[in-house]
Amino acid sequence: MKVDDKLVDHLSHLARLRFEDSAREDIKTDLGRILDFVEKLSELDTDDVQPLIYMTEAENVVREDQSQLTVTKEEALKNAPVKDSDYFKVPKVINK
Amino acid sequence: MKAYTSFAHLQRDLAEGSVNCIQLVEHYLDRIEAHASLNAFLEVYAVEARQRAQEVDAKIKAGNGGRLAGMVIGLKDNICYQGHRLTAASKILGEFESLFSATAVERLLAEDAIIIGRLNCDEFAMGSSNENSAFGPVLNAQDTGKVPGGSSGGSAVAVQAQLCFASLGSDTGGSIRQPASFCGVVGLKPTYGRVSRHGLIAYASSFDQIGPFTHQPEDAALLLEIMAGADAYDSTAALQPVAPYTAQLKEQGPKKVAYLKNALEQPGLDQEVKERTLQTLDRLKAEGYEVTGVDFPYIDYVVPTYFVLSTAEASSNLSRYDGVHYGFRSEDASDIPSTYINTRTEGFGKEVKRRIMLGTFVLSAGYYDAYYSKAQKVRRLIRDFTLEVLQDHDFMVLPTTPHSAFELNANAQDPIAMYLEDIFTVQANLAGVPAVSVPMGNDRHDMPLGLQVLARPFEEGPMLGFSSYLMNNIFSQS
Repeated sequence: MKVDDKLVDHLSHLARLRFEDSAREDIKTDLGRILDFVEKLSELDTDDVQPLIYMTEAENVVREDQSQLTVTKEEALKNAPVKDSDYFKVPKVINK
Repeated sequence: MKAYTSFAHLQRDLAEGSVNCIQLVEHYLDRIEAHASLNAFLEVYAVEARQRAQEVDAKIKAGNGGRLAGMVIGLKDNICYQGHRLTAASKILGEFESLFSATAVERLLAEDAIIIGRLNCDEFAMGSSNENSAFGPVLNAQDTGKVPGGSSGGSAVAVQAQLCFASLGSDTGGSIRQPASFCGVVGLKPTYGRVSRHGLIAYASSFDQIGPFTHQPEDAALLLEIMAGADAYDSTAALQPVAPYTAQLKEQGPKKVAYLKNALEQPGLDQEVKERTLQTLDRLKAEGYEVTGVDFPYIDYVVPTYFVLSTAEASSNLSRYDGVHYGFRSEDASDIPSTYINTRTEGFGKEVKRRIMLGTFVLSAGYYDAYYSKAQKVRRLIRDFTLEVLQDHDFMVLPTTPHSAFELNANAQDPIAMYLEDIFTVQANLAGVPAVSVPMGNDRHDMPLGLQVLARPFEEGPMLGFSSYLMNNIFSQS
């Protein structure tokens, strides 16, 4: 399958990634080759086969709905790259 | 210090007092330093391990040591250990520190294991050579010009080079078994759901399993027995009671073994790997085993199916790395889109981005049915075939890898050649069945080879018993 700039733009937008210069050429080539490789699946007749979605037999594994403190605010914020004492901080979203 | 490769021997010496945990920890710390160039450890918990060794020694003396008292263990850098850094060998996690321990780790600690450090791996467990780490490749201790396999390369080398007694890795498409094979150690991937995934950084959630690296199948059984079982924090962890694996290790007379005929005709399969596998099957026959060759009609479809599904799941799982909640944020984050895009573009390595893009493609509107749904259907065919063969046979036997460890950089320019390294291992993950790689000696290059055994779901005990039989009665004859 031919992977063009339009497809790379679309996918990289969805994935929140950017590919420029040689990285863009590489991803076009690589994706094209990988898609040709997985294309092989279309050879198989699967008209009467249901997709396999769950890998365990268990159904509806439930527990009592009880509130529990598992992570404190301080812990939740601990690994944030930018924060103050109460919040995750992000760059300004709305400019006046 | 004796080189301990059997925990039963080590425990006997600990009980007799001829060795203690402090000496063991010092021994491993010395070896880690002496073998630092292998790049297996990303971090060593020297102070803590010494401290804990003292505590465990006191317990052993008092006669109340846990079942793993004296076992020094390393953790793959994608398994949470409370209060310790965790990076999945990626830049994107920055200085991330685990808020809790993985359930598997909790259970090891409760039995007095000593955790000695975290181990290098392919970034987010994506790779078959351990060359995709943001912290440099791991080298095979048998030949440092060769790769250790991946993605749990550090975990394999740490046990191979005796930098710790055992280690944990994770296996999504072969990431425990393939490096175990390349490094000449035992690597076990349990049945899907047997070990809780709570605290394992997610790559492909319908495939991922935590498992041990050891020198002996007996010790893999012990570690599994302790780690396995239902978990309130993972609703996909199997609810079945945990079998007493360590009591199931005696091979109960000849069984039925299947092998995949066309797997042994694959292009790229090393002639010696094929011959060794056939010799093993012949010896089993001579010992009274019923050995049957079956044709696996889907062998050329396993890797494509695995890549469509695992990358789809990865693209979804890795969406959480947004520059807001974990570790690293790009310095060029001036608004929301640039926070996401620049953080992810700078933070993820090339292979991870490649897989996110493929996963995004197969899940995107217009391609979902042709790729993602299609692969889920083929997965059912592969799973059903595998279970059917295992219905009639106790075990399935095939090589773990098409050849022994390859040179560093050998596959660097060819992602598909690298993906095909997993051709014999992904079947077990697609089917959810347990599988183990057992060392079967070195090849003509003096590099280790592994034989893989697959079994019915939840039959790890008999599978490891058979592995032990192979190591002690079949391979030892060569």
